[in-house]
Amino acid sequence: MPSIQLKNNNLGFREELQSQTDQNLMACYQCKKCSAGCPIAYAMDYTPAQIMEAIRLGMRDLVLKSRTAWLCASCETCTTRCPQEIDIAKAMDAVKTLAIKEGIKPAIPQVYSFYKSALNTVKFFGRTYDIGLIMGFNLATRQFFKDMALGLKMFKKGKLKLKPDMTFKGIRALRKIFSQVGKIERRKRK
Amino acid sequence: MTRYGYYPGCCLYSWANEDDISLKLVGKYLDIEFEELKNWTCCGSQPAHSTSRLLSLALPMRNLSLAQKQGLSELIMPCTACFSRFKIAIYETSQDPELLKEVEKIVGYSFEARVKVMHPLEILSQEEILSQITKKVKRDLSHLKVVCFYGCLLTRPPKVMQFDTAEYPMSMDNVLKAIGITTLEWSYKTDCCGAAFSIIDMDILVKLSVKILEEAKAQGAECIVTCCPLCQSNLDTRQQEIEKKYNNHYRLPILFFTQLMGLAFGIEPKELGLDKHFVDTESLIAKII
Repeated sequence: MPSIQLKNNNLGFREELQSQTDQNLMACYQCKKCSAGCPIAYAMDYTPAQIMEAIRLGMRDLVLKSRTAWLCASCETCTTRCPQEIDIAKAMDAVKTLAIKEGIKPAIPQVYSFYKSALNTVKFFGRTYDIGLIMGFNLATRQFFKDMALGLKMFKKGKLKLKPDMTFKGIRALRKIFSQVGKIERRKRK
Repeated sequence: MTRYGYYPGCCLYSWANEDDISLKLVGKYLDIEFEELKNWTCCGSQPAHSTSRLLSLALPMRNLSLAQKQGLSELIMPCTACFSRFKIAIYETSQDPELLKEVEKIVGYSFEARVKVMHPLEILSQEEILSQITKKVKRDLSHLKVVCFYGCLLTRPPKVMQFDTAEYPMSMDNVLKAIGITTLEWSYKTDCCGAAFSIIDMDILVKLSVKILEEAKAQGAECIVTCCPLCQSNLDTRQQEIEKKYNNHYRLPILFFTQLMGLAFGIEPKELGLDKHFVDTESLIAKII
């Protein structure tokens, strides 16, 4: 295994994640319970415990470019079992948020495409619009006919609505929330 | 008649409609009514909390402000993802007054009385309700072999969700016991079904969900009963794909626990949405009716 040079480690990165998550990420003593319980660890380049150690060492590049956080299913098993009560799932969220903020291309782009597509339908319609979500996702990931058979079967069974649900009032107020959050986050970036 | 506020979330009137209709029907038998939150909007779920902490808090809190304005003291949410997001939003803002102020500013409302957010299982698994449930049973389901699948978010993390136990919950099992079923024990009650990977990456979904189907089958289950719309959808609509990939047969109907309750109460299968499933439910129904 190649040795890691810590000359370029970034302890500010660690502080930023700690403040974003309100967690003491330094409390990790590498018991590996998180990795052991993680259902998707098998597909990760670095296990949750390895990412926690990398965070402690300030290895910004490794953490933000890894697949780990993008593969996180937010099942909260790690958070539940951590003996130091670290909310590891939340740390994964912070890693994803920071990677986006820094303009680092997500290691698994489809995950981010899904998030964007879902949030776009919420911003526009207030309630997720399934067909819009799937079409947006399929377009973004260039899988134009993915799940068409499934979609058709669901539609036949009355499980998919053709039109988005716009039967409520207050869509403007909702969109305002999106823009306000965006403003605050841009301000914090400076 | 007890009235509860109701937050359906984005899937209860579309792809998880069986959850909604079966819960409301069962509620009628138990003198429980649901008053929908007017003008509710999406809670943001995983897309929000993975990309923006503030957004992930503001979206549920907006709905809570609407609930307060509507005079609702409880908000029942059958979707465990929504349930999780609302509980987390309440938990985090109650721990951090500065954060609460920031969210209040975004939502444009200050929170006084907190609305109590609950999952239907929380109500239906209460002692008093369990005895009422038993009294309404008209059909014999005692011979059914059933496993209860809770999924991830109902009980995790325990600090926030404060419902049942995280590693081996029993609330759904107890509800089924009240309708005469002795559920099978198994070790996959709270394993992850793969959640949104159903759309993002089927390889992962298949790998996670197959374990659940395999173990249920190994225990001799005739069906899997769940309380989460996404779990139900993944295990049901993707079961055939999983069977093809692993060259195996499961043919396990995946039911919402309220559908099984409805069958026990004597309600017709079609009224409970049992004709909308991908994995055929007719052979299971034939064992009851």
